[in-house]
Amino acid sequence: MTYTLTIIGMAVITVFIKAFIFVLGDRVVFPIWLKEALVFVPVTVLTAIIVPMVLAPHGEGMELSWRNPQLIAAIAAILVCATTRRQLLTIAVGLVVFFAWQLGVLHQ
Amino acid sequence: MSHPTPLTSFAAGARDTLPMLIGAAPFGVIFGALVAASQLALWQGQFMSLGVFAGSSQFIAIGLAAGQAGILVIWMATFIVNLRHMLYAATLLPHVSHLPARWRWLLGFLLTDETFAVMNAYYLKHAHTPHGHWYFLGSGLSMYGNWQLWTLVGLLFGVAFPKLQTLGLDFAMVATFIAIVVPQLFRKPQLAAAIAAGVCAWFLRDLPYKLGLMAATLVGVAVGLVSSHWLARIRAARSKA
Repeated sequence: MTYTLTIIGMAVITVFIKAFIFVLGDRVVFPIWLKEALVFVPVTVLTAIIVPMVLAPHGEGMELSWRNPQLIAAIAAILVCATTRRQLLTIAVGLVVFFAWQLGVLHQ
Repeated sequence: MSHPTPLTSFAAGARDTLPMLIGAAPFGVIFGALVAASQLALWQGQFMSLGVFAGSSQFIAIGLAAGQAGILVIWMATFIVNLRHMLYAATLLPHVSHLPARWRWLLGFLLTDETFAVMNAYYLKHAHTPHGHWYFLGSGLSMYGNWQLWTLVGLLFGVAFPKLQTLGLDFAMVATFIAIVVPQLFRKPQLAAAIAAGVCAWFLRDLPYKLGLMAATLVGVAVGLVSSHWLARIRAARSKA
């Protein structure tokens, strides 16, 4: 039930954001600082989500070790993305390294 | 060349969105599979794709729900992550402001990163086309149907292979986010913003209600703003000298 309510709220918020400007028209003026700030939102939110997931996949202390498949696969994905800038290749390599490390190297 | 009738315009919009449809498909599958591995019911995953229709906020909601975040945190994250659509809408507004309100609600609902890219390119070429809103509808509706289809495929995939969860499917989300973030890090202000957000998120990770995520975002955005202004000032000083 809570999840349904969560989703309905998300839908209302998102529709409001997307349609607000179209419906209200020219009566809305954006401050310049807000335009500049929004550019940085995706890169900061996503980084803030993945850093703890990669460095502490079990939710406890930092696991800076070759025995942490999240860390190894994340490094591989970052390298592939930085050199090729291809999204799907990055995801594919990341997943393959992750599963291969877990199954092949750590035998879990 | 412009398209002579509403129908040809609609079809052209859908056709020109095809590369975006292919690009979005794997994300729909990953989203569906993540839902199947989460505490959410399957229908709730499809319901989210139908009602919210904004990929990154959907991913973040699943990740936050898995981390036991509260409902207000998920709503706040949805708000912040989706704010960029206001900029898209402001850019496209001159081309839709003449339409009846129901059209503007509908096209607003269908606005995504992908459709914005398609529409921005289209209006640059065809500034005064009479059927531009039909082209917009074709692009938006094809993205919408595509997203529903691949969400469903992902949900079924997740049900068929339940072991994916124990293998750590949530890494699919990490890999997806890396693919979105890394190309932006070639710009210095973005790099500074991401480093600040990452460090902050790490040290504040134990705060309740995922408040650390919110704080990290605010700090990261502030660092990004300050460093881009600082770089601009350095450049201005250099061009004078």
